[in-house]
Amino acid sequence: MKATALKLALAAGLMTGVATSAVAQQKNVTIAVSIPAATHGWTGGVVYHAQETAKQLEKGYPGLKVIVKTSPDGAAQANALDDLMAQKVDALVVLPFNSDELTNPAREVKKRGTFITVVDRGLKDPSIQDIYVAGNNPEFGRVAGKYFVDNLKQGNVVVFRGIPTVIDEERVSNFEKALEGSGVKVIDKQYANWNRDDAFKVMQDFLSKHPKIDAVWASDDDMALGVMEAIRQAKREDIKFVLGGAGMKDMIKKVMDGDKMIPADVSYPPSMISTAMGVTAAHFYTNAPMRGTYVLNAQLITKDNAKEHYFPESPF
Amino acid sequence: MTETVLRTGAEKRKFKIDMRALSPFIALVVLAIAGALINPDFLTASNILNVVTRSAFIAIIAVGATFVIAGGGLDLSVGSMAALTAGVMILTLNSLGGADASTLAIGMLVAIGLSAACGLGNGLIVTFGRIEPFIVTLGTMGIFRSLVVWLAAGGTITMRNFELRELYRPVYFGSVFGIPVPIIAFLVVAAIGALILYRTSFGRHVVALGSNEDVARYSGVPIWRVRTLTYIIQGICVGIAVLVYVPRLGSATPTTGLLWELQAITAVVIGGTALRGGVGRIWGTVVGAVILELVANIMVLSNFVSEFLVGAVQGAIIIIAMLVQRSVHRGR
Repeated sequence: MKATALKLALAAGLMTGVATSAVAQQKNVTIAVSIPAATHGWTGGVVYHAQETAKQLEKGYPGLKVIVKTSPDGAAQANALDDLMAQKVDALVVLPFNSDELTNPAREVKKRGTFITVVDRGLKDPSIQDIYVAGNNPEFGRVAGKYFVDNLKQGNVVVFRGIPTVIDEERVSNFEKALEGSGVKVIDKQYANWNRDDAFKVMQDFLSKHPKIDAVWASDDDMALGVMEAIRQAKREDIKFVLGGAGMKDMIKKVMDGDKMIPADVSYPPSMISTAMGVTAAHFYTNAPMRGTYVLNAQLITKDNAKEHYFPESPF
Repeated sequence: MTETVLRTGAEKRKFKIDMRALSPFIALVVLAIAGALINPDFLTASNILNVVTRSAFIAIIAVGATFVIAGGGLDLSVGSMAALTAGVMILTLNSLGGADASTLAIGMLVAIGLSAACGLGNGLIVTFGRIEPFIVTLGTMGIFRSLVVWLAAGGTITMRNFELRELYRPVYFGSVFGIPVPIIAFLVVAAIGALILYRTSFGRHVVALGSNEDVARYSGVPIWRVRTLTYIIQGICVGIAVLVYVPRLGSATPTTGLLWELQAITAVVIGGTALRGGVGRIWGTVVGAVILELVANIMVLSNFVSEFLVGAVQGAIIIIAMLVQRSVHRGR
């Protein structure tokens, strides 16, 4: 039950050779964590990892208090920031609902001298943040594309897009860039809204339309599950594998168990909140420099490293 | 001579009614021809069966919506209600655990019971609270949706027992005499719906209520009871749709049933039911649901519509289909 990202962050603190809590005298630090409420699978994972990490950090650093607060929308999150500031906090870790709405509230918090860590979605004004921890969407597409080039070598691929957003565009355009010059060809693309039902329908239609599909880039684990069901119904044998993304536990389990259709997955870990919290805590308890930008790699998850990405207790 | 006049009169009237009711079917045929021209794969049996099977959820829900709308009401909560019902049904199946038919039966009863209760809630608030159904069901839409998010802790509610899932799977993927079970389910639901709406006094009361509430009240129609019953019927239809939905993917997520309410209402209107109430066409509704799914299917099968423009072309096709229908009315 250990968040890998957290371990890495703690290790980073330790490796600098600076003594952690053991030497430091009893110090009272309060870290507030403001995240979106669990409105879909990924944010559900964020909430879970934030709560787990809060417990672990409080155990590891004596005198540390971590307050985790979830909000159902951007406006509520801005209010939540006000409420958190009313209690005296030393640092704020925030995964903003959206950049525009939360830039000013975060700036107000900063003015009080609070240490700010921003996660995943950047604020409009980067000078507000002391630490920025982000996932890597272009890399997410690149890693997936490289997997197709390395493992399929040549053939026809259908692509599932999410919801029309910058995230989706970065992923898909870099996926296609990674395929350039290889024998792998994208024969069709459709939006399926990161939704299982929509992916099921689109895949049924792809199967009617294309007599030969060699592999599927579902680009998301929820969509991959819908795709799998459609393939199973059509009893088609031509599809060699389906590649999802994000690291949902059901899919990681399939990778671990060596499922032929799901040989790999690409991570976009909700546990990045743990990394952010770990680095923030280390800022107060070590003398190592922590300020800066941390871009987490989109990792290829295969049978060999699936265990590190498997959190059976997480809702995601 | 009198006989002849009478006969033609009756014939003429009958013919006119048929044309109005037929127009959604004509739109369907036109779309099917268009689909076949765009991509020959469209007409394969497997594609047609896929599309009609997929339209089953919306068709079943829309049969219920036909009652609510014909009675002058509106229900925006059906998508969230479906998600909540699916979530609770799966949780029930998971906690019962056994992989036998009795477990399934209990799960199904829970689903129908819950959705009927949700419908009853909507109906009672609308009638006794005297609040606009738009507001009431907008409220319950939010309530049902957050309840399912809460139950799932933001993640996914999945059927855990693999054997039970295999046992239940044929309810979506199986077929009887070559006809997929969901298609049979929605034909049966539509037949029962048509029977109730056209052949019972309750059905007459619904239409009377929708065309003029005051007149209906003075004519002795039990307004509150009839109105509440339409919402209960809507609830039960949602429950039946869920029974067919759950075996497909074996899971419910916070995005399950998103925007189904709009699709159901669109199907009802395409089918010829007036949004202001007073007219109800069950079979038209069913065809409307199939048309919606057909348009989406043609979009994916076509090679010349960019994925960015699918929504726009889809919207245009629906509007054109409605215009074709209208011109058919006027022509007669």
